[in-house]
Amino acid sequence: MKKYVPFRMWKVSLLLDKKSLVVTIGFLFLMLLIMIISLGIGQMNISPLNVLKVIFGTGSSMEELVVFSFRMPRILLAVVAGAALAISGAILQGIIRNPLASPDIIGITGGAAFTTVGFLALFSDRSNTLTVSIHWLPLASFIGAVCMGFLVYALAWKKGGITPIRLVLIGIGLAAAMQAFTTMMMILGPVFTASRANIWITGSVNGTNWNEIAIIVPWILLLTIITFVYARRLNMQELGEELAVNAGQKVQKDRFVLLFLSTALAGGAVAFAGGIGFVGLMAPHIARKLVGSSFGALLPVSALMGGIIVLIADLIARVAFAPLELPAGVLTSAIGAPYFIYLMYKSRNM
Amino acid sequence: MLKSNVTKLVGIFIGIILVLLLMWSSVIFGLTKITPQMVIDAFSNFNGSNEHIIIKDVRIPRALIAAAVGANLAIAGTIMQGLTNNPLASPSIFGVNAGASFFVVFGISTLGISSLATLSWFAFAGAALAAVLVYVLGSMGRDGMTPVKLTLAGAAMAALFSSFTQGILTMNERALDQVLFWLAGSVQGRDLQILISVLPYLIVGWIFATFIGKQMNILSMGEDVAKGLGQKTIIVKIFGAIIVVLLAGGSVAIAGPIGFIGIIIPHISRWLVGIDYKWVIPYSGLLGATLLLLADIGARYIIMPAEVPVGVMTALIGAPFFIYIARRGFDR
Repeated sequence: MKKYVPFRMWKVSLLLDKKSLVVTIGFLFLMLLIMIISLGIGQMNISPLNVLKVIFGTGSSMEELVVFSFRMPRILLAVVAGAALAISGAILQGIIRNPLASPDIIGITGGAAFTTVGFLALFSDRSNTLTVSIHWLPLASFIGAVCMGFLVYALAWKKGGITPIRLVLIGIGLAAAMQAFTTMMMILGPVFTASRANIWITGSVNGTNWNEIAIIVPWILLLTIITFVYARRLNMQELGEELAVNAGQKVQKDRFVLLFLSTALAGGAVAFAGGIGFVGLMAPHIARKLVGSSFGALLPVSALMGGIIVLIADLIARVAFAPLELPAGVLTSAIGAPYFIYLMYKSRNM
Repeated sequence: MLKSNVTKLVGIFIGIILVLLLMWSSVIFGLTKITPQMVIDAFSNFNGSNEHIIIKDVRIPRALIAAAVGANLAIAGTIMQGLTNNPLASPSIFGVNAGASFFVVFGISTLGISSLATLSWFAFAGAALAAVLVYVLGSMGRDGMTPVKLTLAGAAMAALFSSFTQGILTMNERALDQVLFWLAGSVQGRDLQILISVLPYLIVGWIFATFIGKQMNILSMGEDVAKGLGQKTIIVKIFGAIIVVLLAGGSVAIAGPIGFIGIIIPHISRWLVGIDYKWVIPYSGLLGATLLLLADIGARYIIMPAEVPVGVMTALIGAPFFIYIARRGFDR
């Protein structure tokens, strides 16, 4: 038996156990360590110690420029986007009660891809320049993700409720349709748009600036906090419809709120980092292995895990093939795909 | 709906006539105005005019390819739905198209292959790999193959292969330009040569498909019953898989991944002729050809003078249908 320490404060109710706490703190440090290493590696290598010096304001001005202007924003985005996708995936896996659910598979990422590419195609003129500011792009993708979330939810609604299976199936169908429409938008726009859109769909944190960080961080932070408040309801969802209803939960209402949270998190992440694949699938799984499936512990560890995965993927993507820079999404798919097959094998009896 | 064998046979003839009519329309309609007389002249009295060249090199290959690809995808979908007992099974949803596309894109961009015959082998290999993976992953475990598990496995496999394709294309912009229109699924601008080089495999697939109907009727009574009746179910499944790989892989090689045909058509043909696969399979072939020809003619008019890739048209028609089936659920 695990020894849990219940933690209750206002509406937050979590089960904490020592092991989870140790794991969480351990991964937090691991993530910070990788961030520091990643900040130091690139065209100009800076030793981790010097990185720390720069962070605490005593580095050389050249190093300061590289760390703060070039590398820090993208690294922060990698962490935040990875965490958001991971939490989003954890929520979906909880609602749908299937380990294979994730924002990419039920079409949320696909909806965002469609509006993003549509935005690039519609607002480009003949000379391949955008007629409106590129700053609206994240808004377009976010709207796409959220609309898609609602559409999937609405279409899965039947006789006073949604069932997880219907949710998944309809998500899959819409994802396939979105893919066709996205390709059409890429063809309609100029080639420049197509290649740009393609990089977005694959997912990349290249070229992030501080303004973007200033938008995404508060947004994801807010949603994460709300998700934590909802963690106990997520635990109830995992028990299944009947048990949860008997335990006095408003299952349908919770499902709606949770689905919204999941969509908004994934939407925020893909809005800035693009459709980085398989993170929402992998991270919650690894976390579940480590700390079990009580969401109080699962959510933070998933988030850290997601951050670490994207961080490492981005690091490899920009260093390993230098001077060529790959989108981080290529790497997460390359790791995610074999992991996914392994996962299906492991969960064959679920 | 059609009960007696005579009406079913009449239905087949009507179907053939319909397909031929639509192929004729596919040659006639489009941006360049073509009159029936021109079509006849193009063969009997070729004078090298623009219209005649368009008829011979563009319109006729296009009509033939649309008919063949539509029939292929529909038959592949029918066999997949029959073998897996899953109403959502189809080459696009189960990742078979995505697997074939990935292999073709890999062949074109990374290995620099341009020979059509070689590329069609890549398509077959990709389709086979995806089909086997989905089947194995979807049927692992104690409770065996469940529709939901299989669908998830398919969707995930599709996501996997398309993200690989995406990855290759981000690294190679020139390849992106080359394959983009193909990747959307289109029967436009294909050389008849592509169809001819794949045709032998398609014919093998069609012949197998004609003969598998009876065995599939037995199998559809359930695995245990079929075994009890002395059927070697594994052999039926292997042949089914070969048909799916040949037809779906061949179609991807010709026209790129065109979705949703394999999912809609089997339902319509079952609604028409019931559950006897000896009839369902030929009906699916004819209806699939009909649908893709219609979609392709429609694709020319929506944003004239440009064209919508036909894969987008089928998605437009197919997505609502998919949702309808998904909402109805698996309990038939």
